[in-house]
Amino acid sequence: MDLLVVVQLLDSMLRLSAPLLFACLAGLYSERAGIFDIGLEGKLLASAFFSAAFAAITGSVWLGMAAGITASVLLALIHGVASITFRGNQLISGVAINFLASGLTALIGQNWFKIGGRTPSLSGDARFLPVDLPFASALADVPIIGPLYSDLISGHTILVYVGLLAVPTTWWILFRTRFGLRLRAVGENPEAVDTGGISVTRLRYQATLICGLLCGLGGAYLATGMAAGFIKDMSAGKGFMALAALIFAKWRPGYALYACLLFGLLEAIAIRYQSIQIAGVGTVPVQFMQALPYILTIIILAGFVGKAIPPRAGGVPYVKER
Amino acid sequence: MIRIGAKLGAVVMALFVLAGGALADPAIIYDLGGKFDKSFNESAYTGAEGWKARTGGSYREIEIQSEAQREQAIRRLASSGSNPIVMTGFAFASTLAAVAPDFPDTKFAIIDSVVDEPNVRSVVFSEHEGSYLVGVIAGMTTKTNTVGFVGGMGIGLIKRFACGYVQGVKAVNPDIQVIQQMTGSDPSAWNDPVKGSEITKSQVSSGADIVYHAAGGTGVGVLQAAHDAGILGIGVDSNQNHLHPGSVLTSMLKRVDVAVDELFTAGTDLSTGVKVLGVAENGVGYALDEHNAPLIPEDVLAEVEAKRAAIADGNLQVHNYTTDDSCPVN
Repeated sequence: MDLLVVVQLLDSMLRLSAPLLFACLAGLYSERAGIFDIGLEGKLLASAFFSAAFAAITGSVWLGMAAGITASVLLALIHGVASITFRGNQLISGVAINFLASGLTALIGQNWFKIGGRTPSLSGDARFLPVDLPFASALADVPIIGPLYSDLISGHTILVYVGLLAVPTTWWILFRTRFGLRLRAVGENPEAVDTGGISVTRLRYQATLICGLLCGLGGAYLATGMAAGFIKDMSAGKGFMALAALIFAKWRPGYALYACLLFGLLEAIAIRYQSIQIAGVGTVPVQFMQALPYILTIIILAGFVGKAIPPRAGGVPYVKER
Repeated sequence: MIRIGAKLGAVVMALFVLAGGALADPAIIYDLGGKFDKSFNESAYTGAEGWKARTGGSYREIEIQSEAQREQAIRRLASSGSNPIVMTGFAFASTLAAVAPDFPDTKFAIIDSVVDEPNVRSVVFSEHEGSYLVGVIAGMTTKTNTVGFVGGMGIGLIKRFACGYVQGVKAVNPDIQVIQQMTGSDPSAWNDPVKGSEITKSQVSSGADIVYHAAGGTGVGVLQAAHDAGILGIGVDSNQNHLHPGSVLTSMLKRVDVAVDELFTAGTDLSTGVKVLGVAENGVGYALDEHNAPLIPEDVLAEVEAKRAAIADGNLQVHNYTTDDSCPVN
């Protein structure tokens, strides 16, 4: 396997792991604050639809992205109201959001565009196009560093870089700011935070809103960066993959990056190597290669991550006084 | 009160019977890719709409949303009196084989598969012949001597497309490499443009400069990625040249629209049995219009027309993958 192939694989990995990364970090904020969020998938999907729809209508990808984030934040608020204010079951609320998003996007899409629930194909300014980092073409001919920089690091859409930057930012917010300390505390021991005179409700709403924002970015990337338009159920389980990655990452931003990159890499390998010839064994069937990411996920989750301990107050509505 | 209820019931029943009598309308069931997949199902839709515009008749339609709805949809249409009932897609075959005997007075038609029942018309296309023709165009157009193929699922039908395409490409130049990939192994593979575009990007990075797809809605992503990468895509089933004018080399036409129109026109008199539509019957072919005319020069056109004529009068045999589950070239 030569360098070029490796670079192409890693390049594909970055593209494929970006939506997972957004959703995974979104879940991280929410779950660290004690709100389990099964509805990542639904928020991704809603954002994907509204970003593509508004980009198609206005011709501006940025307005599209704003609409996508708004939709995702609204769904996050529904989850917040159900699980924080009304102390409902967080899993049920999350599942409801997934159903809501899956049905509403197709229905509104059909009503607006009348082409079977999809949006028109986007082009030009209605899409996030790849950005070339400075010196990318100048450095392209330098051995090793050249292809690494110009093919792998440069040439992604701006949202991929935003996603990668969100990882250290998240780490800094969670572990180096007062807000982060309180956010983590509210997921471990909300009574203590409340005793300290800080509103648990307020903190949990803030976490939910950040979750909505990040899912919004992920959905916008999916529909206007990766693809050129929305189609029904295009999130294709990415929100659930992100949840798996989150557990796998033990609710830590750095590990979350590795987990998402690993999932992206496995998918890239499955796409690229559909039929591998192994001497003595014959051809490995396509179906096996396509199942490989899931098989490896199970093996890794079962055997290698050790004990993943969720935030202690996760999933439990906070009741101030009985 | 009870008497009024009974009278109302009788009126409703009478209306229902009247409606049922008037409802010997044809019906169509679209497969999971959806009515607007810009490809296979959309071609069927075009045919149905064409029939409606021409005859002024009306028809019923169902777009199924999940595997479980196949049987439900067929039974619902059959018991409400629609006749004939057309279903687009090989995936209906086993369901139809089970349901058809329950409605002996209803005519069914299935496209892309053969169901051996006395009241079923099976329409199959010789996709290998059409794919061969676009393969010839691709083989004469490629500059990198590498072309790609993106299929939906790795089933016999799609391998028939692939095999015909490879034969066409290799007929031009046996040294051209053909990269063949499938999108997935479950029916969602027909509607996953993100994955289609990712596969196309991987083929582009392996040197392919023309990518042919036979992947339904997934193909939207394939053609988009080809356009973005500045290479050429080849559409399938419907004429997809207009999706990205100048970036779609041609489209392998599979005249599902003609087939559906014909089935609807025959109505309840539909004859049953198997009908094969190939190049000779104009059931398959390649698309040439104002969007791709500049991409296909005279010599290519002359060559592919010669091949077309040779296939039509039987001088050129294109190997059909599904006859022996193997392809002479790869």
